[in-house]
Amino acid sequence: MISVFFVAVYLAAVLYIGIFAFRGSRGSGAEDFFLAGRSLGGFVFLFSLFGTHMTAFAILGSSGHAFHNGIVTYGLMASSSAIVVPLLLLFLGTRLWSVGKHHGFMTPVQIFRDRWECGHIGTVIFVVKAALLVPYIIIGVIGGGTAMRAISGGLVPFWLGGAIVAIVVMSYVFFGGMRGTAWVNTFQTLLFLSFGAVAVVIIGYGLGGFGTAMEKMLASPSLAPLLSRERISPLYFFSYTFIPLSAIAFPHIGIFCLTARTMGQFRRTVLLYPVCLLLIWLPCVYLGVAANGVDDVAGIQAKVEARNRLASEGPRLEAGERDRLRSQMAADDVLLLLLGRFAPAWIAGILGAGIMAAVMASDSQILALSTMFTEDVFAYYGHTERFGEAAQVYTGRAFVIALTTCAYLVALNFPGNIFELASQYAFSGFSALAPLVAGALLWRGSTKWGALASTVWVAAAVVAMGIFQAHAVVPGVYWSAGGMDVITRTPAGTLVLGMLPVVPMTVISGVLMIVVSWVTPKPSAAAIGRYFK
Amino acid sequence: MSGKHWLLALLIFAFYLLHQDFWFWSEARPLVFGFLPVGLFYHALYTIAVIGLLALCIRWAWPGHLE
Repeated sequence: MISVFFVAVYLAAVLYIGIFAFRGSRGSGAEDFFLAGRSLGGFVFLFSLFGTHMTAFAILGSSGHAFHNGIVTYGLMASSSAIVVPLLLLFLGTRLWSVGKHHGFMTPVQIFRDRWECGHIGTVIFVVKAALLVPYIIIGVIGGGTAMRAISGGLVPFWLGGAIVAIVVMSYVFFGGMRGTAWVNTFQTLLFLSFGAVAVVIIGYGLGGFGTAMEKMLASPSLAPLLSRERISPLYFFSYTFIPLSAIAFPHIGIFCLTARTMGQFRRTVLLYPVCLLLIWLPCVYLGVAANGVDDVAGIQAKVEARNRLASEGPRLEAGERDRLRSQMAADDVLLLLLGRFAPAWIAGILGAGIMAAVMASDSQILALSTMFTEDVFAYYGHTERFGEAAQVYTGRAFVIALTTCAYLVALNFPGNIFELASQYAFSGFSALAPLVAGALLWRGSTKWGALASTVWVAAAVVAMGIFQAHAVVPGVYWSAGGMDVITRTPAGTLVLGMLPVVPMTVISGVLMIVVSWVTPKPSAAAIGRYFK
Repeated sequence: MSGKHWLLALLIFAFYLLHQDFWFWSEARPLVFGFLPVGLFYHALYTIAVIGLLALCIRWAWPGHLE
């Protein structure tokens, strides 16, 4: 009950911040609703951008991944993002901001349309980006329902938890627009940061010191490999560095780059982004790994047993039993279990609110889709001219309600693993769309046909990978050439030449952008001149 | 591109390579500060070092002409 109380307080605070706070600074019109009037200052820009990018995965997923995969999780996802994402913000984010500010653009698709002098190709890019983003929004609702159920010890059922989270998010996005969403994200990021530090102290104390916990794990032949990276190949590790490229192609990040008051806001964000990553990911990964050494929590032991059984008997088990064990292994709740074991109930309740903050990051994605719909479709096809700017904002708000309601209904009626699969390849899809942003902003020679070729390739590759992954028998080698395994289906996914599919997807997307642009007509000198002096 | 920009490009590439640390691949020891496996410590240190690289990028390659 204490946990439910703190989560309720947290949700009330989020609603207050999103709807009522900073009302005085709000103006009217589409630019104010969708981009906070391009007025966000350094503090909000940094924390909100970080919170927007680091969704539920930063706290729940990172510790769950580390629980099964060990310390490698930090190198795979955090330190690679620490170098790639700030560089993208510095060299591409600032350019997005600049053309948005000087020409009044509100979405990346508007920039593409202007840069390459294209109309319907921009619509194709919109459709592909929207299709890749929708699974995240559904997962956000599922995450909200699951977390509420777990934090309340089953008192709040999944359907109610999902509904509460969906209504809260919908409300502050609807009323607060980008300004409300940005301040809520800032509040949430500050909660994440506090969460990591407090959880480390409490759990470390409960474990009798981390040194003792590590020595205990090193003494166990089954757990010691989690403290090094011996179980994965360097090639696989390398391929993960392509994933953070997705940041600049995500609609919610691209649009967020347009909200800064001045370009100077990027300076602090670029510098402090790795600091925020370190402060959140290091404790979450470390605690996820250390949880393996806790042998008096039944929930944790059940996960370890399921993992061991799958590893030793996996291929001989029936499909239904394998699925049951995989479900038992799911470790996104491992931090909650540790807190339940080591933290007093009231602290666990406060930290539960921190976890709710992590799972409610779908707000910016909902707002981004709404912005894209109203700007790239509603306004582009002449409706703003006909009905006025106020109608555009009403349409955006109606879209927020429709999208959140649909996401909630879908989350209730379909199993979550379908969307997890979709989002897994959506991440790769956004990484493979990064050459579009780079081509538009850094290369005079890029053309709309190059952009179309890349986009169609990305869409086809994501669909093909999804179909393959859903139907291929696990594990198995599906294509060998010259003694090398070209395409392999593993329990964790699909590998191409031992790497994640994101590598060939991104490389081929970049090659298509270059080659097709070379052989197709360039945009007018005036269009190029707007981007390159 | 000026000499500074070439040096920066080289540094960024070097940092990218430093991320692919094949050393400490199979070792957990030494436990730095008595509790951090060396591979994790390396990547935490790497994250901090990246801040220095980014500071240099901002100093030498800030796209001020876009403002």
